[in-house]
Amino acid sequence: MKAYIRSAIAISPQKTFNNPAFLDDPAAYRDTRLTSIEPDYSEAIDPKSIRRMSRIIKMSVASALACLKDAGIASPDAIVTGTAYGCLEDTGIFLSNIIQENEEPVTPVAFVQSTHNTIGAQLALLIKCSRYNNTFVSGGASFENALLDALLLLAENKAANILVGGMDEITDMSHAVLSRLGLYKRQPVSNLELFNENSKGTINGEGAAFFLLTNTSSPNDLACIDAVATFYKPDAATEFISSFLVSTSIKDSDIDLLILGNNGDPKNDAIYSQVQQSVFNGIPSINYKHLCGEYPTSTSFAAWLAANIIRKNSIPAILAQGKIPKKKINKILIYNHYQNIYHSLMLLSSC
Amino acid sequence: MDQLIADLKGQIAVQLKLKNIKREDIGDDQPLFAGGLGLDSLDVLELIVLMKQQYKLRISNPEDGLKVFRSVRTMAEFITASRGQNT
Amino acid sequence: MNDPVFVVGVGVISGIGNNVAECLHALVEGKTGIDKIKYLKTNHSDLLPAAEVKLSNDELSAISGLGPAVSRTAMLSRIAAQEAWDNSGVENIPSLRTGFVSASTTGGIDKTEEFLTHFLTDNSKGKLRDIINHECNSITTMVAEKLGICHHISTISTACSSSANAIMYGARLIRHNILDAVVAGGTDALTRFTLNGFNTLLVLDGEYCRPFDENRNGLNLGEGAGYLVLVSERVASLLERDPYCALTGYFNANDAYHQTSTSTDGDGPYLAMSGALEMSGLQPQEIDYINLHGTGTQNNDSSEGAAIQRLFHPHYPKMSSTKSFTGHTLGASAGVEAVFSVLALHHGIIYPNLRLQTPMSAFPFVPETAFSRQPGLKHVLSNSVGFGGNCSSLTFSKL
Repeated sequence: MKAYIRSAIAISPQKTFNNPAFLDDPAAYRDTRLTSIEPDYSEAIDPKSIRRMSRIIKMSVASALACLKDAGIASPDAIVTGTAYGCLEDTGIFLSNIIQENEEPVTPVAFVQSTHNTIGAQLALLIKCSRYNNTFVSGGASFENALLDALLLLAENKAANILVGGMDEITDMSHAVLSRLGLYKRQPVSNLELFNENSKGTINGEGAAFFLLTNTSSPNDLACIDAVATFYKPDAATEFISSFLVSTSIKDSDIDLLILGNNGDPKNDAIYSQVQQSVFNGIPSINYKHLCGEYPTSTSFAAWLAANIIRKNSIPAILAQGKIPKKKINKILIYNHYQNIYHSLMLLSSC
Repeated sequence: MDQLIADLKGQIAVQLKLKNIKREDIGDDQPLFAGGLGLDSLDVLELIVLMKQQYKLRISNPEDGLKVFRSVRTMAEFITASRGQNT
Repeated sequence: MNDPVFVVGVGVISGIGNNVAECLHALVEGKTGIDKIKYLKTNHSDLLPAAEVKLSNDELSAISGLGPAVSRTAMLSRIAAQEAWDNSGVENIPSLRTGFVSASTTGGIDKTEEFLTHFLTDNSKGKLRDIINHECNSITTMVAEKLGICHHISTISTACSSSANAIMYGARLIRHNILDAVVAGGTDALTRFTLNGFNTLLVLDGEYCRPFDENRNGLNLGEGAGYLVLVSERVASLLERDPYCALTGYFNANDAYHQTSTSTDGDGPYLAMSGALEMSGLQPQEIDYINLHGTGTQNNDSSEGAAIQRLFHPHYPKMSSTKSFTGHTLGASAGVEAVFSVLALHHGIIYPNLRLQTPMSAFPFVPETAFSRQPGLKHVLSNSVGFGGNCSSLTFSKL
């Protein structure tokens, strides 16, 4: 079930949008949350449409429209999105209004904009796409499910070009709640030093990344997606990784680079150390969450990264850290888990 | 009436999130729903909420709403007439 | 990828009954579940009728084995999904790759409301156990674990078409030989969030709703959960009982007209229905019954009616909206109505469209106003139309 990535666009806490350079000037933060660097949306989205859009919708619409433009596609055959939290800002506004106004009439727009499928729906409306439209809200596997749905559609020959995206946002309310749940560092930390911290907790993140997947190759393709798989609360990581490698007919020696979901929390990251000493022994690896933070759909950022690394055959210094030997990168395996609930593997390769 | 119209323009811009619109950009008699502001049926509902929250006036359906919201002036006249009925 | 997919289990809980038998009985007897709101604490209980499940959270907790500190949406899901799983017999077949694809629009938001009531006054207040299952997926994984399903667990949320898309996705995972059996459908409890949300849109009827009536005045909300167990042909052959029917067609389209209204000509519903028919290889005149989306709003019934006229004229099948019984159960509606559609085929029955007094003057067809037995029922179509233009249709066929 292979697909070609014709274009990949991300809005993230790094200078990733509308920037020909590839992470050569990493954004540094001293905080427990990383906030997306957002463009001037009036250039990316019709101003009449923007007024109701919350941040997550603007980030998603801007990156999706840029992705379509980059791929030279006016309207795809399907739009599939994955988001764990959906439109948090509008959900929070509407809920707060109901509670504070004691169920007196409140803003209908916030309610309408709060539904999880709003992003996919807005895109369909803006580009008048009447085709397949689906939204996954599967927590830490939301983006992976969206990707799998797209791969299935391509294999069914029901679609030739599919717009797939993963997105999640931070709001002040969500950050306060997740902080109370003990997810993050107690004190602000430098994101670029995240893996030297050795203290409990990670840093919050957000972003939106979109991909145009096709079933026919072109000289402009960034990379191929060969396979995606998710595992729910698995017993042993090494077992499912081994079975994934068998099912994709690759040996660990075929993998040129691992992108791992270490997030700076020692307990969370122990699994990655274990697999690097066993089934992934000897394979060069990089982390990515020091750039985008930890959030349920962060693998969409990792996929954007992988696609660009393959296309440019170059790993930005902030990721390589001088530890990756220079060689042609043909196959990248992304391995991530979110709170040890969903584990996912994504295999990308050069086309 | 002039003050009410001025106040309404400000409130409309806020309720409908018309960020780049200033009060002087909305004519007193300009048709709100056909006049280039790009408003739609959801905006009718938002204005119904505005009437309730700011002026304690209830409009029970969008069809009645569209008549009241024809222009800022018709909105002001509706508010004034309702106040008159209450004195 | 074109292998058949069979329905071998059904489970449902709604305002008209706590299981399949009770719901069926109410449908046959013409007993609506719409009533004054009794269980949800809301200021609108005197003004807005709804079809609540007639069980308190404590009672739901006792039946579901979850909660009562857990979201009502989760408890509804567990009850219906477990009923479907139990009556399928699939659990007895060893070594199957099983999946749970569930849909919801509200997730755990009923508990989030409780949390925020305290949190909004002081960030350090509010019980964390009330917020921890806010996400729709938390509801899904909670129920999946109770069912003992772990190969594939996913959640879909596309407003009122959510469960149809979950059923579609489950079927496709089977056809791609990724899974052998899937419990697919959806759940949503009545919440202040949705009640107030739809109320601000001025689409709720202060009386009992009248879908497809000329003088209809809006929808009534409901709550519930509905699931199917879908299996491959191989698994169906291993079961003791024959399948209920086959899922022969499905299609997902987008109306791309407006966020909350459907286009006048019903483009989205038209594409969804005709796509499902095309996939099933059926001609419009072969459809025996349409379970309408039929919410009772001016817009939906006009648009859906226009789409039906475009596709079926002059061979109109019998049709009805069971939302006149259950209210609009939002994310659960397509799942609940898929169960009703399967039961209609299985028992050869057609449900009435309650409270229809004056047919819509725009259309030459009229939904059924009386219950009837139709032993020759072969093919049923079930429609869903959601916010954001998300439209999906499913066809079920007798074997």
